[in-house]
Amino acid sequence: MPLRSDIKKVLVIGSGPIVIGQAAEFDYAGTQACRALKQEGLEVVLINSNPATIMTDKHMADKIYIEPLTLDVVKRVIEIEKPDSVLSNLGGQTALTLSMQLAESGFLAEHGVKLLGSNPETIHKAEDRQAFKDTMEAIAQPCIPSKVVETVEDAMDFAEVIGYPVIVRPAFTLGGTGGGIAANKTELHEIATNGLRLSPITQVLIEKCISGWKEIEFEVIRDSKNNVITVCSMENFDPVGVHTGDSIVVAPAVTLADKEYQMLRTAAINIIQELKVEGGCNCQFALKPDSFEYAVIEVNPRVSRSSALASKATGYPIAKVAARIAVGYTLDEIINQVTGKTYACFEPALDYLVVKFPKWPFDKFVYAKKTLGTQMKATGEIMAIAPSFEAGMIKAVRSIELGMDTLTKKSFTELSDEEVLKKLEDVDVDRSFCVFEALKRGISMDKIHEITMIDKWFIAKLNNLVQLEKWLAEGELTQEKYDTAKKYCYLDSTIEHISGQKIRERRLAVYKMVDTCAAEFSADTPYFYNTFDRENEAAEFIEQHPTGRKKVIVFGSGPIRIGQGIEFDYCSVHCVWTLKEEGCEAVICNNNPETVSTDFDTGDRLYFDPLTREDVEALIATEKPYGCVVQFGGQTAIKLTKHLTDMGVRILGTSAADIDAAEDRELFDDLLEKCGIPRPKGETVFTAEQALKAANKLGYPVLLRPSYVLGGQNMIIAHCDSDVDEYMKIITATELENPVLIDKYMMGTEVEVDAICDGEDFLIPGIMEHIERAGVHSGDSISIYPARTLSEHIKRVIIDYTEKLAKALHVVGLVNIQYVVYNHEVYVIEVNPRSSRTVPYISKVTGVPMVDLATKIILGKKLKDMGYKSGLHPVGDYVAVKVPVFSFEKLHDVDNQLGPEMKSTGECLGIAKTFSEALLKGLIAAGYKLFDKGGVLISVKDSDKNDVIEIASRFEELGFKIYATGGTASVLNRNMIAANHVYRISEDKEPNVISMLESGEIQYVISTSETGRKPSLDSVRMRRKAVERSIACLTSIDTANALLDCLEMHKTVDDIELVDITKI
Amino acid sequence: MIFENSKKASLILADGTVFEGKGFGAEGTVIGEIVFTTAMTGYQETLTDPSYCGQIVTQTFPLIGNYGVNEIDPESNGSVVSGYIVREYCEVPSNFRCEGELDGYLKRYGIIGIYDIDTRRLTRIIRESGVMNGAITAGDFDKEEILNKIRSYTVGRVVPKVSVKEKEFFPAENARFNVVLMDYGYKFNIRRELVNRGCNVTVMPCNSSAEEIKALNPDGIMLSNGPGDPTENTEAIAALRELIPAQIPTFGICLGHQLLALANGAKTEKLKYGHRGGNQPVKDIELDRTFITSQNHGYAVVADSVPESAGRVSHINGNDGTCEGVCYTNAPAFTVQFHPEACGGPKDTAYLFDRFIKLMEDWRIKNNAVKK
Repeated sequence: MPLRSDIKKVLVIGSGPIVIGQAAEFDYAGTQACRALKQEGLEVVLINSNPATIMTDKHMADKIYIEPLTLDVVKRVIEIEKPDSVLSNLGGQTALTLSMQLAESGFLAEHGVKLLGSNPETIHKAEDRQAFKDTMEAIAQPCIPSKVVETVEDAMDFAEVIGYPVIVRPAFTLGGTGGGIAANKTELHEIATNGLRLSPITQVLIEKCISGWKEIEFEVIRDSKNNVITVCSMENFDPVGVHTGDSIVVAPAVTLADKEYQMLRTAAINIIQELKVEGGCNCQFALKPDSFEYAVIEVNPRVSRSSALASKATGYPIAKVAARIAVGYTLDEIINQVTGKTYACFEPALDYLVVKFPKWPFDKFVYAKKTLGTQMKATGEIMAIAPSFEAGMIKAVRSIELGMDTLTKKSFTELSDEEVLKKLEDVDVDRSFCVFEALKRGISMDKIHEITMIDKWFIAKLNNLVQLEKWLAEGELTQEKYDTAKKYCYLDSTIEHISGQKIRERRLAVYKMVDTCAAEFSADTPYFYNTFDRENEAAEFIEQHPTGRKKVIVFGSGPIRIGQGIEFDYCSVHCVWTLKEEGCEAVICNNNPETVSTDFDTGDRLYFDPLTREDVEALIATEKPYGCVVQFGGQTAIKLTKHLTDMGVRILGTSAADIDAAEDRELFDDLLEKCGIPRPKGETVFTAEQALKAANKLGYPVLLRPSYVLGGQNMIIAHCDSDVDEYMKIITATELENPVLIDKYMMGTEVEVDAICDGEDFLIPGIMEHIERAGVHSGDSISIYPARTLSEHIKRVIIDYTEKLAKALHVVGLVNIQYVVYNHEVYVIEVNPRSSRTVPYISKVTGVPMVDLATKIILGKKLKDMGYKSGLHPVGDYVAVKVPVFSFEKLHDVDNQLGPEMKSTGECLGIAKTFSEALLKGLIAAGYKLFDKGGVLISVKDSDKNDVIEIASRFEELGFKIYATGGTASVLNRNMIAANHVYRISEDKEPNVISMLESGEIQYVISTSETGRKPSLDSVRMRRKAVERSIACLTSIDTANALLDCLEMHKTVDDIELVDITKI
Repeated sequence: MIFENSKKASLILADGTVFEGKGFGAEGTVIGEIVFTTAMTGYQETLTDPSYCGQIVTQTFPLIGNYGVNEIDPESNGSVVSGYIVREYCEVPSNFRCEGELDGYLKRYGIIGIYDIDTRRLTRIIRESGVMNGAITAGDFDKEEILNKIRSYTVGRVVPKVSVKEKEFFPAENARFNVVLMDYGYKFNIRRELVNRGCNVTVMPCNSSAEEIKALNPDGIMLSNGPGDPTENTEAIAALRELIPAQIPTFGICLGHQLLALANGAKTEKLKYGHRGGNQPVKDIELDRTFITSQNHGYAVVADSVPESAGRVSHINGNDGTCEGVCYTNAPAFTVQFHPEACGGPKDTAYLFDRFIKLMEDWRIKNNAVKK
């Protein structure tokens, strides 16, 4: 059936801010969907609270609302825009849940709006645990013995029946939030209590634990004619028990014979037909390793992280096809874009293996628990394409940016054999590396399998790498050895390191094509990965498709991590689009399967490979580009600058030397001095001793950080000698290549500026001001545009400094500068000659297409010619407030106090006519609940005690009850505020903070503390408790003030105008 | 270790291209027609599929042998492929049913294998030039000499090689039907699908006459898959032509489909590089549904050559529009080019066996009514 004639205007619901479990994959899916719908000539209305996405871009939809994703707001958008349909299955769990609520409440029927994608019955059958179980039973699909319970007592009773260990899975939560494996009664009590609270319908599933079974997934697509195909199968390296988002995953499944494979494939097809999904669906199975017994774990009737992976792994654009199916097309009518000849109704055949490796935030959260379980912890992932699993793993470890080029983890090499054996028992983020170390120690494959339950196929493959490395290390580095190592995609530098010998004649990689059909048909879609064969399909392709246009390579930003998120993908994609518009051939190289940049039709060619010197060298040799762009791919791309320059490649935009001048401490100091711009005093140190001396000389508090950082990795504010000691101990535990910087810490107003410069003129689209004082990482601060409190004089100084810095650094393209305004003086904190986190949102609210302009500039255009005047862009009618979003619920033992180290995973935007209204929207979008009464628990450090008096009095004025710990309570009471005294945890008396938080009487917590991130500290435990109980915890006086501003308005989002940003 | 193997082997194509690889399985030289399959699982089924007789099979999926081999999955007695080309074979397979590894299996059945071949490059050559003869040989060789042999090779009449010589009988529990399975090189799962549906199966040699078949008084005839050029099977085609007036419910698969079409006056053609794999979309015109099918064929029935008086095309290939099935009007018969018996490959079209059972049921009722 072709396009349905009753569909003209579709509302697409996005997935909101990036959190663990719901990340960039939905920007990819949403963008594909919007484009597909627009290509069909439909009017597209979009709602998504995440401003960093490509889907919220002006040309993705006809009407765009960057508004909170709450039921009421979505209803209002429907009332305003009157779409005839809503698309439910492309915006993750958020969109699916909202769609279901819209349908079940009768709102859609009342307004004559159709639900496309998954209908409410399908969603109910797939999402409601009991309904799902009943459905599976009806079609004889085995489920794991389980029971839906609504009380802890029922959970305990059922566990007795099926026996421990049991898995707790809360209903309707993201990425399995609040779930876990309970080995005994005590654990079950704790996990079930937590899970019930986190489930929006107070429901958890208690399930028999089948740890050790193989975990297999199928991505399935069905259309209205009941045509069904499976796009891809996937197999987890980790057996059941580790969330699939946290497991190394290979595609296709590798340890299944045809009999098991077809059994599960048929099951997946039967399931999707029974659920009547129209679009994409993900089926997860557990397969007993020693029989044909299997069980259905989970079915997601929507696109997902796995479908993004499957799309990139096969070249089959699931979201695009799903969107077309939603509006009436059938699989046999949709052309397979890759071959251009065949239809979407086929199953991709792979002639390579894909390895997905998760990116976890534990390089940043040193005290967090690194164990893996049913709750996802990874913030992002990379994908490697290779002819073998071994090569895929080698490519994967160097893509994941852990400073590794083989599976050898340095800290494991120092363990004794017994310790390695013991470590194998830990199911944690380093498990694959531990297996590798164990194999190196000669621990048998059987023993490793027995402990880890990882399939022997994977262990044997890792053992091949161990044997290969041993072989390389012995004797002469022969041609045969070198060729073999290259076959497994080892870097030359690694081969030289392992063999201790120089390579005589280097070989560069060649490229193979991803074509969905294992070369059965000739394909025209240029999607490549590198291997060490003879034939270079990319070179052949380039030769056969001469365009005579300038070739430009854009390097992407790799895996999504805290500090380097989706915003860099936004920038890379925009750069590519503009390059194409400007008549260039745009080539992308990136390794993140979740993103829009790695969609094969974003650029003219896509290379899905690691972003290291050698990988890039092969790419340059094949492409022979006119130039490369590094300023949009975050630090990952910036790091390549020097290598590219060494290879003689033209860097388009700011030069390597100038980038260095901004990043190298001494060069930067010289530059500031020349420009006459002040910065907080600071020193460079290598040892703890030097650090202490410097800190005392500068005077506490001081800011410590390693040079060359991103996202404030390992950055702290030290208030005393012991803080410095603790920090230096952690930082010197790993190799210290770069020095540590110590700066005087100034607690002023933080201001951020992104500017576009062409070498002569510069344009500042807007000055942003942070609500939180300097000291909270800019990525974690609430940021306001336009700046609210700065005097005209200060603004002039900032504009002047920005100009001077841009000129001194010869910036061509984008630059991001952070300032602190302290005692009416402006100081520079940091200059990044590249795109930044704030570029997407500032582009959207000011209407200045920053990346487009920057791209045109790096190609030689001038701001003047494009109609822009030098200086600050005129301020518009709207105030935009960016509010950070955290994933603390998923990361146990991470202190949620904000500081100089970035912790947020995503962001939301509030747009309104006034500051307080925009703030209110932003806070609601970020998940804050606005209560007009209740209790506030306050426990602040001495330096905040003065400031907290006014806060407490404002809360009291609103009618809140005030609770406070010892010191804070007495300060408040002395100032005539009735604060109830609550004991600290260590005081061991009631009522203490924990029982208060559990009582349900506390709506907000205000907690700041002087020291430490150690999970055992009183203050950290209190804050963690607040996270666990989903109580808003404010860890900065300024955030508390901002919240009060909102509460005092006595308004809700319903009282505030919704803004279609395409009209700004 | 797999990477320290120094058993050099070469793959020589008729166009003179030489691939250097390493030998596994049996040692020696083999000449055959080189074809590729895109199936990602089911290598043991592939190795034992009689339709591959006389051919050297290339696996486009690079990792073969992952789950080892066993005695249950073969689709015929022994292995039929002439040679085997893979990118990498797995030395340490893992699967609960694994009874051995691939290398040993190939040695046992005398199949000459070669690995460490860039199978994608090879596939692209075949895709562009069409199926091509070639040879796998161990050690050194005289290129001209071997090229002469390669160029003069033909698959030849291979059906008799893979067919049973004597009839064989397989009873079903609570049998409802007697089915004759014409063996042109049948895959075991065709027989299993029938037996599981309550059919006693009599497997008949490929050269059985129409009289011999009629003498068995079957409720239905199953025409099996098989290797080679269908037009070479003149005896079988003649027998089928003779059987048409007998109005016996008939279901044909692959070569069986082609032979019945030829018997009805249709034509067959050789495809450039055939359909081999487990992902081929086939549209059932009547149901207006597309199914994913398992396929292995180098020849096809020319769609517009099926005489209107005999029947009509019932299935077409979603990729290239070739004929994938015929529904006959001059006899209670239907045939498909693909493999509803799967093994390896998707089981999505197993409903066709049910359709065959239904056809036999209907005709039994009809015949009984006539008798009364």
